[in-house]
Amino acid sequence: MPRSAKWRSRTCGRTIEQNRDPLVNNSPYFLKPASVQSVMLRVLVALLPGIAAYVWFFGAAILLQIAMASIAALAAEALMLALRGKPLMLFLSDGSALVTAWLIALTFPSIAPWWLAVLGTLLAIIVAKHLYGGLGQNPFNPAMVAFALMIVAYPQLMSQWPAAGATDLAGQLHAIFGTRQIDAITMATPLDALRTALHTIDAKASVAGVLGSNPGIGSVGGKGWEWVAAGYLVGGLWLLQQRIITWHMPTAFLAALFAIAGVFSLIDSTQFAGPLFHIFTGGAMLGAFFIVTDPVSGATTPRGKLIFAAGVAVLTWIIRTFGAYPDGIAFAVLLMNIAAPLIDMYTQPPVFGHKDKRGDSP
Amino acid sequence: MTALQRLFKFHGGVKPAYNKEASTGLPIAVAPTPTLLVIPLHQSIGGMPRPLVTAGERVLKGQRIGGADGNVSSAVHASTSGTVIAVEMRLMPHTSGLSALCVVIEPDGRDEWIQRQPFDFRSATPTQTRDYLRDAGVVGLGGAVFPTYLKLNPGKQGKLDTLVLNGAECEPFITCDDVLMRERAETILKGVAIMREMLRAGQVLIGIEDNKPEAIAAMEIAAQAANRAAGDSAIKVVSVPTRYPAGGAKQLIRVLTGIEVPHGKRSTDYGVQCFNVGTAHAIYEAIALGQPLISRIVTVAGNVGLARNYDALIGTPMRDLVALCGPLPDSDRVIMGGPMMGLLMPADSVPVVKATNCVLVGSKQLFPPPPPEMPCIRCGECAKACPAELQPFEMYWFSRAKIFGKAQEYNLFDCIECGCCAYVCPSHIPLVDYYRFAKSEIWARELEKEAADVARERYEFRLLREEREKQEKAAKLAAKTAAGREKAAAALAVVEKPATTPEEDAKKALIAAALERAKAQKELVHPGNVSDLTPEQQAEVAAIEARRAEIREMAKPHLRQDD
Repeated sequence: MPRSAKWRSRTCGRTIEQNRDPLVNNSPYFLKPASVQSVMLRVLVALLPGIAAYVWFFGAAILLQIAMASIAALAAEALMLALRGKPLMLFLSDGSALVTAWLIALTFPSIAPWWLAVLGTLLAIIVAKHLYGGLGQNPFNPAMVAFALMIVAYPQLMSQWPAAGATDLAGQLHAIFGTRQIDAITMATPLDALRTALHTIDAKASVAGVLGSNPGIGSVGGKGWEWVAAGYLVGGLWLLQQRIITWHMPTAFLAALFAIAGVFSLIDSTQFAGPLFHIFTGGAMLGAFFIVTDPVSGATTPRGKLIFAAGVAVLTWIIRTFGAYPDGIAFAVLLMNIAAPLIDMYTQPPVFGHKDKRGDSP
Repeated sequence: MTALQRLFKFHGGVKPAYNKEASTGLPIAVAPTPTLLVIPLHQSIGGMPRPLVTAGERVLKGQRIGGADGNVSSAVHASTSGTVIAVEMRLMPHTSGLSALCVVIEPDGRDEWIQRQPFDFRSATPTQTRDYLRDAGVVGLGGAVFPTYLKLNPGKQGKLDTLVLNGAECEPFITCDDVLMRERAETILKGVAIMREMLRAGQVLIGIEDNKPEAIAAMEIAAQAANRAAGDSAIKVVSVPTRYPAGGAKQLIRVLTGIEVPHGKRSTDYGVQCFNVGTAHAIYEAIALGQPLISRIVTVAGNVGLARNYDALIGTPMRDLVALCGPLPDSDRVIMGGPMMGLLMPADSVPVVKATNCVLVGSKQLFPPPPPEMPCIRCGECAKACPAELQPFEMYWFSRAKIFGKAQEYNLFDCIECGCCAYVCPSHIPLVDYYRFAKSEIWARELEKEAADVARERYEFRLLREEREKQEKAAKLAAKTAAGREKAAAALAVVEKPATTPEEDAKKALIAAALERAKAQKELVHPGNVSDLTPEQQAEVAAIEARRAEIREMAKPHLRQDD
């Protein structure tokens, strides 16, 4: 049977060749101009203010790390797509691998050896993403899997952060490519310094003492870091305005972190850092808008999002305060990723017409 | 008047480009009578009407050619006078490309009406009025074609709080209700008056999307006149925000009254009933003019030179309407309905039916093929857009994985297939197709299960019957041997002792009783549904058989027919 059949209109002789191509879709026949690619690209754009602040305070090394991670991500993505027999350009251009790469670069120390972020990215794309089925199928946030693996494998390297104001590019390049000792330009992050001081060095150390005595630590979340966090906040608010993310996750995350840190610092301000410090330091602001909001591995119902993000915040605070690692976001996110399907199951919103029991049986 | 109404919001919805201006520039035109009318018998929800005419018969305009069959069904009529040239299988206006029984009429050009007389519904009983409307073929003209007479029932309380008239018309391109309200507001309101009386409705809310100011103004004037005539202010025209699918019955009821009617529930139980404005007009024509539903307003739009609304006879081939509007050379498809929910037609030769609100001509440029489907990233856009407040991506996962039970748990059957989810999906997943697939699979399985249940029952009954027959046989055998022994004993007795003993008497009585029981049981076993029929019943059976054979004959040449 021919694929297309012709009819000639009796009244005016015009012909509509009916399209019988099986690819012609059913309704709806037109779509909103939206794509995964545009979603991912806007996420990347939203990261730019934070990256700008990063470069300003900590030097251009971060740009090199982002570039290397991006190349590694695209290469790994291409390799896995080829192995899995998936259309290469369609998926390479979706931008999801770049988002993972950028998040890895931004959560890893910018002056770590070049292979650290590259190895992390390869693990994220190959193992955490494609071995679980690729885009949309991964139960765990790939960037956080990379962070968790690398901090367990290389705790030392993952703790060498640039000092604020140390923007000497040559020195940073030496650090990245391992050609010179790097002690001169590194320091612990404020979170790490605080944890080390409170837990190991001096039993009598206090939060105010540690943060006050360290010249590298600023007034809110660490010198320089608070501005990077402010950059992420700006980008995150733009994502909200663009309706890429909803208010639930960032609000619940920041509010819960603020609340738990606030309560404990009220109880004992010498042992527990204040709420502002917590939300402006480390990966908190990046996490609030860019990491917990990952739709694939997180909860999706409105109430579920609140529970999920608040859970990440509480776990983050616990790991930061009592754990052995410099920041807790990665582990907190992975732990809550496991719980996401359960949270979704128990937080299904009522559907139209089934909102109250009376409505069901008039 | 409009400002006073408190409005409610429905969740989700989308705002696609409306494209309505093109077809509202010109007044409604009467489409010319085509050279051949193909009138499908099955044009409403429910049972397929029985054909009342045969090939060669002359019919008049408005003559009933299909009689309502069963509790839910609606009659169909000849759209003009002429000769029935065939009652045969023809391609239906449905994506499936299936054929169904149609009455093909060759118009004689005289357009001769049957005798028309108004129906005095005030002196008729409600049942009589409903039967009249059923036989007048009035069905919901919003697209769902549910028989209207079934909805004109005030329900348990015997009265209705709110009668909602749906003039929202939220689908892009479609303007048939818009122009109808502009041009025939008065007759719509007359229809409303009839409906209001039948339903004993308190207030009437006419919901119109605020992108139709002309229609709102026209309806406003007509409503005020109607209120003055009735001496109250029960009828209100309400301008509702333009947001697809505000014209979904449930969504409009929600917007106007705040009431949410759950899936599978009757809205009358909630004191509200919703009709399309076109239906009100059809009711007026049927009751006040005695004209059955033989034509409707159809928007012809899309990839055409001059989009316009036509008053078209039911059965007019769609291509005749399209030809009137000058389809552009790159046209490649005809869609019945709008771009959000419309059905792709298998050919442009299919007829206009009661459900045809729009004939939308498409092209690759107007409706480009969707970009390649990507995996779902659970972004939740679909859930934000869903007016039924479902979690479309969850239903998608389970439909795709064919875990239909889970899909049902996520309320698959509350989905109204409005297309909002697929419209917003950044991964371009044809979500509605997945739901259609899942729904039809579930229906198929339920049918299968029903069939299996029937088969099981039949099997169990057979086992029971065999068991019973065995027992009966045994009883018979026992009786026989007993009788034989009796005879022998009697013969002996004749020789030896002429008189019988009391024990033998008892034995005889027992055997007689057993025989009696066996006989009775045998009578019971005799199949009872074809015997003992009255002559009328027998005649009826014969008639049904004849009709069946006739339909089989008619269907024969078309069974292997390609389009």
